[in-house]
Amino acid sequence: MQITSPSFKENSRGALADAQLQKALGNVRAGFIDKRLKAVEALPEFDLLRDNARAIKDHVLAHLDLYLEAYEKKVTESGGHVHWAETAEDARRIVLDICRKANARTVTKGKSMITEEIGLNDFLEAEGIRPVETDLGEYIIQLRGEHPSHIIAPAVHLNKEQVEADFRRVHKHLAEGRDLSEPESLLGEARSVLRSEYFAADVGITGANFLVAETGTSIIVTNEGNGDLTQILPRVHIVMASLEKIVPTLDDASQILRVLARSATGQDMSVYTTLSTGPRRPGDPDGPEEYHVVLLDNGRSSMLGTEFQEMLRCIRCGACMNHCPVYHAVGGHAYGWVYPGPMGAVLTPSLIGVDKAGHLPNASTFCGRCEEVCPMRIPLPKMMRHWREREFERGLNPATQRYGLGLWAFFAKRPRLYRLASSLGIPVLSLLGGGKRRFRYLPLAGGWTKYRDLPAPEGRTFMQQWRDGGASVRARVA
Amino acid sequence: MSAREAILKKVRASLGASPEDGARREAAEHRLASPPRGIIPARGQLGDEERVVLFCKMAEKVSASVQRVERAEDVPAAVADYLRARNLPASVRMGGDPRLEAMPWARLKSLEIKNGKAGYEDEVGVSHASVGVAETGTIAMFSGPGNPTTVNFLPEHHIVVVDAKDIEGDLESVMSRVREKFGKGQMPRTLNFITGPSRSGDIEQKLLLGAHGPRALHLIVVG
Ligand code: SF4
Repeated sequence: MQITSPSFKENSRGALADAQLQKALGNVRAGFIDKRLKAVEALPEFDLLRDNARAIKDHVLAHLDLYLEAYEKKVTESGGHVHWAETAEDARRIVLDICRKANARTVTKGKSMITEEIGLNDFLEAEGIRPVETDLGEYIIQLRGEHPSHIIAPAVHLNKEQVEADFRRVHKHLAEGRDLSEPESLLGEARSVLRSEYFAADVGITGANFLVAETGTSIIVTNEGNGDLTQILPRVHIVMASLEKIVPTLDDASQILRVLARSATGQDMSVYTTLSTGPRRPGDPDGPEEYHVVLLDNGRSSMLGTEFQEMLRCIRCGACMNHCPVYHAVGGHAYGWVYPGPMGAVLTPSLIGVDKAGHLPNASTFCGRCEEVCPMRIPLPKMMRHWREREFERGLNPATQRYGLGLWAFFAKRPRLYRLASSLGIPVLSLLGGGKRRFRYLPLAGGWTKYRDLPAPEGRTFMQQWRDGGASVRARVA
Repeated sequence: MSAREAILKKVRASLGASPEDGARREAAEHRLASPPRGIIPARGQLGDEERVVLFCKMAEKVSASVQRVERAEDVPAAVADYLRARNLPASVRMGGDPRLEAMPWARLKSLEIKNGKAGYEDEVGVSHASVGVAETGTIAMFSGPGNPTTVNFLPEHHIVVVDAKDIEGDLESVMSRVREKFGKGQMPRTLNFITGPSRSGDIEQKLLLGAHGPRALHLIVVG
């Protein structure tokens, strides 16, 4: 997909002015936060489970090569195939080869962020293979030629009237006068249209929430059941997964499952948690005849051993964006690539480069809510700061910002000069502020004063006030 | 160098790990050989009857309907009642699970039973769960010759029989049972954990039942 992260600021301006989008974003604020809180409060062990989930993933990352080997061995033993892909291009080729060998014309797809990351749909289409998204949200945005705006609720940026218009535009074979005014009827229509696609597909592609080294199993977690129909009806099942999805054992997967659904949708357990191992067994009446796993690196191995390693604990629950004031304001598309919100602000620069995604780690109020709710205890704000540092080191910030910071640093390192400059500057600003003591406009601070006034300083510096009032403050404390 | 070698080499280089490091290998092998249990929520750690009661309560909370019968012989009549109450045709899809086959279906003269995997046109599926999980009201279905996975997903109504003595307190206990039944490191092709009927919140975050899987999940607890 086309990367628009460099124009994050323009994207955001557009998003803030988009009334439809703003209405839809209200659903994020209203829905996810309360549901998560209720589910978390009902499980006293939740925080202990978070600690353990973190420990499990830290252990996996420190032994990743070994668990990858163990996992591969078990997949092969159960009759499946593991394909290793260093880059997005490699992964696309591997999928295409499997599809070609299966003479595939239609491919159904369960929800998979990795396939978005590697741009699989456009690629398959260009090669004459028709990909059909089957998750309701993914299906809707595929009809619109869009990309997901949220990692677990891909169409959260849309309202039902928009979906109705799309269904009328695309489902031409259905009666024109049908009633599609309610979400129920929209869901019913998608269900029946997609039923025939499942049966027609030659290959089904799903993602994976976990890969279990103990058994060579891939796990998907869904609510709709589309990921299951995608993998049991076609002859070939392909699993797309990135390296860090590995967990050692079935018990480890169980531990993390407990924090996943609660953090994502506030459910104790998602409706369908499906463990798939190899192709169908002799005597099995259904299930795929071939089972392939594509293991994608695409930059993850270089995050290991760096200050961004902890990001690889992420289980894609979406809680960080559900609780992010910036995401609430601008939605997911403004971030300009596959992964939005706080997790995207950390992951995107790692995967596509900080030169393109440098705005994202800056799009934060540092309120810290993302870290508070992250089930894997990923220190997202700290990592955003790391990116800001790297961005600065590499001279990627605009010149005015760099000079401004340089100038500030010069004074900050020389306290007497700093005090002198501020005690001279404040009375001037205070005078200029006029009777209202506010600025409607201030040179160099246009980004602030465009939306609100800047209060003029009170007349004395903090240090001056501290010297005078300090004695009495200290006396009171004592 | 193959992609496999290249990736493993990069991972090791980033971690600063050597393939000869015996302590690392031992740590990983040890975890695989004896999986630690982790944190087990107190919620499901109950006596036999309380555990079944919790299972039923949690399943109802996620919009499944639940019915308890005393003996396996009572199941066919319960299925017939379900169909009648909802005006459904007297026809069910029912894999070929030996536990189901042993029940007295022949007493119900008018009920059509179709064996094998489910298809497009099946409205009602009947399956037997292998395990129940009390902490979340979840059922675990192992695929196999008598247990086609399609029956769990294609019909609009899914009726699942679960034996009260197969209801465990927590998810990890199911994993232990899997190891016992299939052998360590072995799995059935598909293990479905099912918690309530299919649903979607993708349109304006409004929760609707019956997305792609069954619209209704009916659990019959035996014993
Ligand atoms: S960073 Fe944490 S909260 Fe955000 S998606 Fe990943 S696991 Fe969930």
